[in-house]
Amino acid sequence: MRKVFVQVTASFTKEGDLVPMAFTWENGSKYGIDKVLDVKKAASLKVGGHGVRYLCRVRNKEVVLFLEDGKWFLEAK
Amino acid sequence: MERVILHCDLNNFYASVECLYNPEIRHLPVAVGGNPKERRGIVLAKNQLAKKFGVTTGEAIWQSMQKCPNLVVLKPNFELYMRFSREVREIFSRYTSLVEAFGIDECWLDITAICKKKEEGERFAYEIKELIKAELGITASVGVSFNKIFAKLGSDMKKPDAVTVISTEGFREKIWSLPAKELLYVGRSTDKKLQKSGIYTIGDIAQASPLFLKRQLGKWGETLWYFANGMDESPVHRIEYEQTIKGVGNSMTLPRDLHIDEDVKTTMFVLAESVSRRLRNHGLKGKTIQIYIRDNELSGCERQGMLRNATNLSFEIANKAMSLFRESWDWHLPVRSLGVRATGLSPGEEYTQMTLLGDDEKRNKRELLEIAIDRIRDRFGHYSIQRAVLIKDRDLSANPVEENVIHPVSYFR
Repeated sequence: MRKVFVQVTASFTKEGDLVPMAFTWENGSKYGIDKVLDVKKAASLKVGGHGVRYLCRVRNKEVVLFLEDGKWFLEAK
Repeated sequence: MERVILHCDLNNFYASVECLYNPEIRHLPVAVGGNPKERRGIVLAKNQLAKKFGVTTGEAIWQSMQKCPNLVVLKPNFELYMRFSREVREIFSRYTSLVEAFGIDECWLDITAICKKKEEGERFAYEIKELIKAELGITASVGVSFNKIFAKLGSDMKKPDAVTVISTEGFREKIWSLPAKELLYVGRSTDKKLQKSGIYTIGDIAQASPLFLKRQLGKWGETLWYFANGMDESPVHRIEYEQTIKGVGNSMTLPRDLHIDEDVKTTMFVLAESVSRRLRNHGLKGKTIQIYIRDNELSGCERQGMLRNATNLSFEIANKAMSLFRESWDWHLPVRSLGVRATGLSPGEEYTQMTLLGDDEKRNKRELLEIAIDRIRDRFGHYSIQRAVLIKDRDLSANPVEENVIHPVSYFR
C-alpha cells in the first residue's frame, strides 16, 4: 500500500469540528465525500503515519483519510 | 488506600517511530543514530531485530555494523519524536494530571484518584497501553505498583507491549530474586561495590542492614535499602519533558584519537561554547562543571569541580574543564571522546558574589561579547565567527549545538 498525500476541501462546523468534503486524487479527478462515518485518532500501520482518521463513504466505497500534522493522506493500493 | 502508580515506557521509542513511518523496513534490523559515515555516530535506539544481533544502545555505529552488516541506520528525527512524546502525554492526561516525564519516552502517572480499588490499576494500564497502540502505532510496557521505583522496575520486567503488576503483598516473591542492578540507581559501579559485600540481588539489598549499606555507599546506600523494601514515598510531580533540564552538556566522539593536551583544549572549547550557548538560551548558569573522558579502548571516567561563581561563559567553562582534564588524565591511552556538562543550575539573572580581585568588570564584558557572538552566529551561521584556537584544527571544530539535545535527567528534584 502507498501513502498518497491529497488536496482536500474541508469545512468547519459551528462546533469547530473539521469535516472533509472532497479530495483531489493523484490524476486530478475530484471526489466528493458523501458521508463521514467515523472520526478517531489512529495510526496507519499500512502506510506509516498517525493522526485523525476519517472513515468516509465515497461513491459507495469506504475510504480512509488521515489528517496528520496539517496534511491529508490516503491509504492507497 | 495505597497509591496506584503507573510507569509507562515506550518500547524502542525512536526505532518504533521510524518503523511506523517506514513500513518497508519493519522486517529488518533498524538502529537510529548519528551519521554513520563520520565516526561520531552512536546508536540511540534499536528495534527488537537489531537487538537479536547484539546491537546495544550507546555503542558506536561501526561496532553495530560489524555485528549486523544488514543493519538499517537512520538519522534521528527529534522533532517527530517530540511530537509523539507530546501525544502520548495527551493520552495520559485523559486519566490524570499527575504525570511526570522521565526522559522523552518514559512517564510516571499517579492514577490513585480514579481507582476505586487498587486492583483497577492493572485495567487502566492495559487500557492506556492499547490506546497508545491504536492512536500512535507504537507499543509501551507499563509497570503498576504502589510506588514509583517498583512501577519503573515493573515496566522493565516484561517488554514489549506488556503490563506487569508489583503489589504490596507480592513484591518480595516477584522482585527480590532479581539482580541488584535492575533497581533504579544501581549503576555499574554501585553494583560492583555491592557485589564485593556479597550483595547480588534486590532481596540482598532489602535484607542487608541499612547502616551497613550507608557505610559502604554513603547516603545512597540507605536510600537503596528503602527502595528495595518498597518504602519509596516520592510523589509523582507534574513535570513536562522540557522542564527536566538538570544539566546542560555535550559530548563528542572525535574524528581521530587525541594524543596531546592541545587537541583536548580545542575540543573542550568547542564543547564549552555549545554548553554556554545552550545555558544562555535557557537563561541558566551552572556552578559545577563535569567532564567525561573516554579512551580508545572505550572505558570512560567522569570528573567534576565547582566554580566560584555560577557561569554561562564558554571561557570559564572551558578553562575549568581543561584544568579538570589535566588533573585527571595521565595519557596512558589516547582519548576518543570527550564531554562537558554544566550542572548545579540556577537562573541566569541571580546576583553573584563580587570578587575581591575586581575582575567583575572583565566578566561582564566577556558576557556581552559572548552574547554578541551568539547574535552573529544566528544571522550568519555557526562558522562565521570562531576562536583562533579552533581554526587551527578544523577536524575538531564541529558544531555540536544541534547534534545533542537530549539532557540527562535526575530522579531527585
